[in-house]
Amino acid sequence: MIPARCRFSSAGKMSVSLDIRLKRANKVYHEGERVSGVLLVNSRDALQHQGVSLSLEGLVNLQLSSKSVGVFEAFYNSVKPIQLVSSNMEVVKPGKIPAGRTEIPFEFPLQAKGNKVLYETYHGVFVNIQYTLRCDMRRPLLAKDLSKTCEFMVHCQPQKSKLQPNPVEFSITPETLQNVRERSSLPRFLIRGHLDATSCAVTQPLTGELVLESSEVAIKSIELQLVRVETCGCAEGYARDATEIQNIQIAEGDVCRGLSIPIYMVFPRLFTCPTLETTNFKVEFEVNIVIILQDDHLITENFPLKLVRV
Amino acid sequence: MVPLFPALCCSGLCINMTVHIIFLYMFYVLHRHSRARKYEAEVQMCRLEVSAVDFSDYHPLKAITVTDSKARRGGRKGSTSSSSSSSSSVVLDPLSSMLDGSDPLSLFAAVSQTPALPHSISLGRKRREKEEEVGSDFEPWSSKRGEILSRFTTTEKLSINLFMGSDKSKASSPSSAVSEKVRTRLEELDDLEEGSQRELLNLSQQDYVNRIEELNQSLKEAWGSDQKVKALKIVIQCSKLLSDTSVIQFYPSKFVLITDILDTFGGLVYDRIWSMCADPHPLPESFSADDVNDTAKETCLNWFFKIASIRELVPRLYVEAALLKCNRFLTKSGIQETLQRLTAMIRGIGDPLVAVYARAYLCRVGMEVAPHLKDSLNKNFFDLLATFRQIHGESVQNQLAQQRVEIPIYLTLYSPAIHWILQCVAYRAPEVLLTEMMDRCKKLGNNALLLNSVMWAFRAEFVAMRATDFIGMIKDCDEAGFPKHLLFASLGRSLSCADPPESERLSILNDAWKVITKVRSPRDYINCAEIWVEFTCRHFTKREVNTILADIIKHMTPDRAFEDAYPQLQSVIKKILPHFHDFSVLFSMEKFLPFLDMFQKDSVRVEVCKSIMEVFIKHQQEATRDPVILNALLHICKTMHDSVNALTLDDEKRSLSLLINGFIRMVSFGRDFEQQLSFCVEARATFCNLEPVIIHLIHTVNQLAMETRCVMKGNHSRKTAAFVRACAAYSFITIPSLTSIFNRLNLYLLSGEVALANQCLSQADAFLKAAVSLLPEVPRTISIEGKQRSSEPFLLDFINNFLSTLLVVPDHPEQGVLYLVRGLLNMVQDYTWEDNSDAKIRVYISALPLLAAMSQESYLYTIPKVDSNETLYGGDPKFIAEINKLCETLIGQVLDHLKGLGRDEGVRRQGSLAFSLFGCLLAHGDLRNNKLNQLAVNLWNLSHKHGFCDTRTSVRTLEYIKHQAQLADLSHLSDMTARLSLQSRT
Repeated sequence: MIPARCRFSSAGKMSVSLDIRLKRANKVYHEGERVSGVLLVNSRDALQHQGVSLSLEGLVNLQLSSKSVGVFEAFYNSVKPIQLVSSNMEVVKPGKIPAGRTEIPFEFPLQAKGNKVLYETYHGVFVNIQYTLRCDMRRPLLAKDLSKTCEFMVHCQPQKSKLQPNPVEFSITPETLQNVRERSSLPRFLIRGHLDATSCAVTQPLTGELVLESSEVAIKSIELQLVRVETCGCAEGYARDATEIQNIQIAEGDVCRGLSIPIYMVFPRLFTCPTLETTNFKVEFEVNIVIILQDDHLITENFPLKLVRV
Repeated sequence: MVPLFPALCCSGLCINMTVHIIFLYMFYVLHRHSRARKYEAEVQMCRLEVSAVDFSDYHPLKAITVTDSKARRGGRKGSTSSSSSSSSSVVLDPLSSMLDGSDPLSLFAAVSQTPALPHSISLGRKRREKEEEVGSDFEPWSSKRGEILSRFTTTEKLSINLFMGSDKSKASSPSSAVSEKVRTRLEELDDLEEGSQRELLNLSQQDYVNRIEELNQSLKEAWGSDQKVKALKIVIQCSKLLSDTSVIQFYPSKFVLITDILDTFGGLVYDRIWSMCADPHPLPESFSADDVNDTAKETCLNWFFKIASIRELVPRLYVEAALLKCNRFLTKSGIQETLQRLTAMIRGIGDPLVAVYARAYLCRVGMEVAPHLKDSLNKNFFDLLATFRQIHGESVQNQLAQQRVEIPIYLTLYSPAIHWILQCVAYRAPEVLLTEMMDRCKKLGNNALLLNSVMWAFRAEFVAMRATDFIGMIKDCDEAGFPKHLLFASLGRSLSCADPPESERLSILNDAWKVITKVRSPRDYINCAEIWVEFTCRHFTKREVNTILADIIKHMTPDRAFEDAYPQLQSVIKKILPHFHDFSVLFSMEKFLPFLDMFQKDSVRVEVCKSIMEVFIKHQQEATRDPVILNALLHICKTMHDSVNALTLDDEKRSLSLLINGFIRMVSFGRDFEQQLSFCVEARATFCNLEPVIIHLIHTVNQLAMETRCVMKGNHSRKTAAFVRACAAYSFITIPSLTSIFNRLNLYLLSGEVALANQCLSQADAFLKAAVSLLPEVPRTISIEGKQRSSEPFLLDFINNFLSTLLVVPDHPEQGVLYLVRGLLNMVQDYTWEDNSDAKIRVYISALPLLAAMSQESYLYTIPKVDSNETLYGGDPKFIAEINKLCETLIGQVLDHLKGLGRDEGVRRQGSLAFSLFGCLLAHGDLRNNKLNQLAVNLWNLSHKHGFCDTRTSVRTLEYIKHQAQLADLSHLSDMTARLSLQSRT
């Protein structure tokens, strides 16, 4: 709510609120659909204005990480945003809005600009794909213009290719580990398990099982680490960064040997999207199974994931 | 002061008569002033007319049958008669017909219940469809709650670590890394703001409980002020505490406290989403996901996404379980799927104690939300069995060593959770499943813990049938693990509810007792023994019970161990009593009284005595003279009596007296009256501090005298005469020890009547004289139920009662005529009545009917074998004259008083007194006497003079007089009616 004050009005305070209400509760739309809803104006007194306009915009924001380039470069040379969709319309001509609650319905066709593709909404660190509706009410002198933005989600159409359930078996022992300095000092352990699929529907949880067959040292914790791998740039030079999205503990303490422990993780909305590969940027996902031993040894097994929308 | 009623007739008139009165009643005729009465004829007249009734037709209680002949002509009046065209119909009770036969309250309750209540936070109360699944025979969690909280306590210091920030930084730096300085600074922050961390150290258990309760409150506040995220954070932080097993012996209580918060949270979220669907009309109780609107679904989904991203396993598990019910909003199968998933998820919890409680919580939520889903319950139990070896794992051992907790104590921490899981699993489960579960338990080595829970949670009948098997299994258990006496206690608990096969009972008892008697610690021993007493009492005779009592005495006596075990010992008594209603058997148990001797704390001993007496009074059918019972009970009653001291509350005294009276009532020596009397003597000595008991004893003795009279059919022999005199003597010397004056007065009167009935004239005289001489001591106010009340109404009651007795009391030969009447009236005169009270005059007026009755030729009532004054004087004119003189004096007094009332406020009282004197004269006076007639008329006029007279009473009185005047010998009344005028009120 944006309270607006009219300094010279004899009524003293005048409160006006502007809001955008989308028709769909979950705010999810697909390309080709119509984004519809109402503008909601709440005003105590009749409201003079010079037009209400509504704009819809879809942007991909890319940012180079400070790791790949110098800090200042990262700050200034952030890659130019890519506009996916943009349209504007005047909803109400200049005039007066009566006192009380006024609902102004609107409808936008959701159509990509030119030959662009509407990527799915995604909030990442270096890549952000965001769709917003913005409503502006211009008002006469001495009154602040009102504006309101509202994000909505875009999901791409279900991918045609059928999802192949491709289970992955794994088995972790000291021998399978890479990056080990003194292999001999490692405690003995054997962890087996499987992921039901590495090519997952983004709406379905990641599932699987894990069995601690044996371990010399007590287990402290077993975690699933969901990682996003974002790549920005093009063929000549690109930056690739892996960052953690979330970390889900699936076992705590010294678990029972030989008993299967479920692997289960829900992909968080907004922070995950179907694996994306374009000319300018890429968004990929991986999962790490992290086993922390009582002596703080860290054992990690990495699995690249392919997320799709079905 | 000159006595108004001189014992011997003083010559001449009383001097102080006023002129005013003289004109009213100067009549010195020697014939009776009182009307001659024919009591029998009057009684005959007063009887209701007998009318012949054909009983086959009519009975007052029979339903009224209306034969409706007019019905066919159509409903003219449109009322009930028109509705039935059948020839006859039983008229409905108007009340029940209105209500359609059902109770209005339950009707309202049923109406209000449907839309409003059941979805609310109280998860315990469930919808009807659930009631099919979980009945009242399922012991609810709420009843376990308190038990766990009181059982698992600690004196060690606890800590709460709350971290309200985001989870990520926590993951990188464990809390211990925070420096001491920062920690103390943060401790001061008393709010739960974003990013704040609090670690509360050194909390006592009570502090801890309070803190958790505060968190519960701040959860509700946060929710109420729409800070949903904060609420969720609080819940997550709280459930995180459940993965912490430091101060392990407190863990079960911690679980209870924190799951309370989770329940609150689950209720809040569910209600919130439910209310989102309430527009336009509330969801039906049995709604499906299709009825839920998109906004509510989205909100619900949001919650689940939020929870799914909780980093740590234990909080994620608990919070999701708390919101289990919300799955109903999304999909039909959601609850089932979630239950299965969460069940599997618990496998990830390494600490067996944390895991088992998580399972208990899941089972609990599952039973509440979806009791029909048994699979996940069973799965939980089988998973529990699969991870059972964890309990003896290395990390547990290390932890115990660190915390210095012993294995047996550690194992008992599991009991509440395993009990609960098994209770859920076993609830209405088929026999096959139970058998399978038991077999699985058997296969696990060292399964005492499980065995205990199986016995606790499975149906008592199931356990009882296999009691011998269970004993075998208990014997096989490892000594070092779970304490065996607890196992036997659990078995005993089952056996006290269900019966094992008859042939095995004795061997079961022997096997069990062999182990129990070896238990060293008196506390453990008595806890276990107490349970087995029930089984023994149910199936065995006094011999076995006696043996057990002996064993208990043997164990509990050394070092006065019984002092710490009073509740258990009391419970032993309570278990024995219902099985031995025959008190001769009970008291013939050698060890019963020695057992009672163990109760050496006064309050407890009295409690026990009371419970014994209650059972005795309830179950003793007929009076007894069994010396064993009498001795024992006398001893018990004496114990109760001796507990009375200056500080004893009145209520306590009353209840003790009630019990002792109950006992005295049950004592009867049949025809051996003398022994009964001597028992009463003994009882008086024993129970001298309890007034109600003394009163009861006096009544008993009086009754004894009357029974004697009955047996002798009214003709006492020399021996029985002496006996009844002894009874009278008993009463006479006992009554003065009472403190309540009215009790004394009434008992004197009653005992006097009894003495009179038994022809003990001098004793009767003594009683009545004692009563009269006691009158001046009656205080003007007495305390009734703690309030000061005027004693006047009681005194008037008593005097009236006394007067009616005096009719039959013959005059003492050595004292003057009407000695007692005069004595009483003198006392009444001298008594300091309340100011402005007419009580004295009312006594005078009510003495007039007595005097009238005394002047009759034959009295209204007499006592067989006792010559009343009618026979003594035989209507002697002198006697009549005495009576007349007394009457005159009395009337004179009344008239004096009336005159004094003639002013101011007195007129109302004057009217009423005048009217009652009029009534008295009308009923008892001989109104043929002109003067008396004139007096009556004057009184009538006086009473109507100021218009305070109740007109209806006057009219009715007048009608009565007219009616009477039709009788032959009362025809003179008709003249009088002419002179009695009704005055309209001015």
